[in-house]
Amino acid sequence: MPTVATTVSPPVPDTAPAVSGRAGARPRRSSATLAALPLLVFVTVFFGLPMVAVGIGAVTVTDRATDTTTLTAANLSRSVQGAYLDALTSSIKLSLITAALGVVLGTLLAQAVVASRLPGLRNLVVTASGVLANFGGVPLAFAFIATLGISGVMTELLHLTEAGWSLYTPAGLAVVYLYFLIPLMVLVIAPALDGLRPQWREAAANCGATGWQFWRLIGLPVLGPSLLGGFVLLFGTAFAAYATAAAMVGSVLPLVTLQIADALSGNVLIGQEGVASALALDMVIVAGLVMAIYLPLQRRSARWLR
Amino acid sequence: MAALTRRTRVWHGLVLAVFGLYFAAPLVASFVFTVDVPGQGLTGQAYADILGAPGFTDGLGLSLLLAVATIVLVLALVVPAMVAVRLRPGRLGTVVEVLCTLPLVVPPIAFVAGIGSILQLGPERLSDTPLYQTFLAVQDERFPVALVLSYTVLALPFVFRSLDSGLRAIDVPTLTEAARNCGASWWQVLVRVLLPNLRSSLAGAAFLTLALVLGEYTIARILTFETFPVWIVKVSGSEARLSVAVSLLSLLITWLLLLALSSAGTRAKTASEE
Repeated sequence: MPTVATTVSPPVPDTAPAVSGRAGARPRRSSATLAALPLLVFVTVFFGLPMVAVGIGAVTVTDRATDTTTLTAANLSRSVQGAYLDALTSSIKLSLITAALGVVLGTLLAQAVVASRLPGLRNLVVTASGVLANFGGVPLAFAFIATLGISGVMTELLHLTEAGWSLYTPAGLAVVYLYFLIPLMVLVIAPALDGLRPQWREAAANCGATGWQFWRLIGLPVLGPSLLGGFVLLFGTAFAAYATAAAMVGSVLPLVTLQIADALSGNVLIGQEGVASALALDMVIVAGLVMAIYLPLQRRSARWLR
Repeated sequence: MAALTRRTRVWHGLVLAVFGLYFAAPLVASFVFTVDVPGQGLTGQAYADILGAPGFTDGLGLSLLLAVATIVLVLALVVPAMVAVRLRPGRLGTVVEVLCTLPLVVPPIAFVAGIGSILQLGPERLSDTPLYQTFLAVQDERFPVALVLSYTVLALPFVFRSLDSGLRAIDVPTLTEAARNCGASWWQVLVRVLLPNLRSSLAGAAFLTLALVLGEYTIARILTFETFPVWIVKVSGSEARLSVAVSLLSLLITWLLLLALSSAGTRAKTASEE
């Protein structure tokens, strides 16, 4: 009987390819490429081309009269001036503040849940977070309008308007954003908090460390990458949010996403159509930087969580 | 470690109570808002009006249609690619991973800026070529293919992650080898061996895509298609109560879907650990 080389590969998923004794148990390299080809083509065409269009639109201007397209830096420089600069900075400011609040509050919630040592509670909160973090958008905006808007239930119940409250301000928007940012942070930080073994704490206590020393020298350094990664992820999410803001405040608040939508809907001066592309490019650059920080951090923190 | 002190317990309870209140308040208050009409007392009229509201069935129908088309397309693109990459690890795997993750980097509003300028090319540059008809066809209001294509791009990262964790849990090379040694064709390997093993992660990917498409507002609004979320915003101007009632219902339905998905996920995980 021919020996079939099945003993070579123990069933370890995710690592080494199984060595096969028979031809045809693995696809040829060319057919593997063939199977992936539709995806590669699809992404190149339907994601690549729009991105190229944004890039081209940002650095060119088309003269309608003569139908000539020329290179220009005007769009980009306009996109970082005046009202557009205000929108960009207030978007970044709002995202920074909500991300920071989200990190602190999300960690607080996750710590309370993890430290309670009730597995049922932990599962409940993590599952609910997975649900809440993913999809806010339009329905969330309306739920908040009904709650804290001008004639919202809580606003009237607690006479918040007299107290100076308005949902249609950056502070109001922050309250809404936190509704999906806090759960997102819980998802990021809960596994990291699990990785903080009680034994470490005991060991530190046995060596005479105070609670503060434990957190400063052990807890925070281990949590560090996850905290920073969470902050960056929250920032990116808040920065890219459009639906919630649009459904809530229309274009009352200057936010870069709202400005782009405005420009795309034709509400710009003649000759400034390129500004939408330029703003979009600005956003992609900021979001790209964010991801460039986040992905390596995520890998780093994954080391501790095995 | 010593038992948790009484003070920590009180502190944890307090933290949980405050967060519980924050997350429950908008839902409870929205419900009160929809049923408690000033001057009329309690009424369920807003909910009764939903079905008859003009545009509701059209918007929801369009969104569901788009969701189904997107799910079919995204799975048809990603599944073969990821299975092939598992069987032939190498540089191709990195390429697929990067391509599927890239859409996360680009905010939807920036993406739609690009789509918008490409769609504009149609009437501006291509009006006397056969391509022009294609440009018109993808923007058909009854079935906007342009939206299906955009949503497929947006869904790629979620589908990739869901399938990736599913593929990690099974031993693709061994299963494939066994099936091939028994004389199965590649098609049989995929349909009769691999896909049944990936059932829960395929369902997960489909659910996430469904939720994504049902909630997507940015792209539909900019390209001016009246999908379900766009319709909600449109009616909010005249019928605030109705729009809140629909929002609440759609939030609850989406959450139930996702909840079902994640509890199925945990069950599958515990089953595989046993």
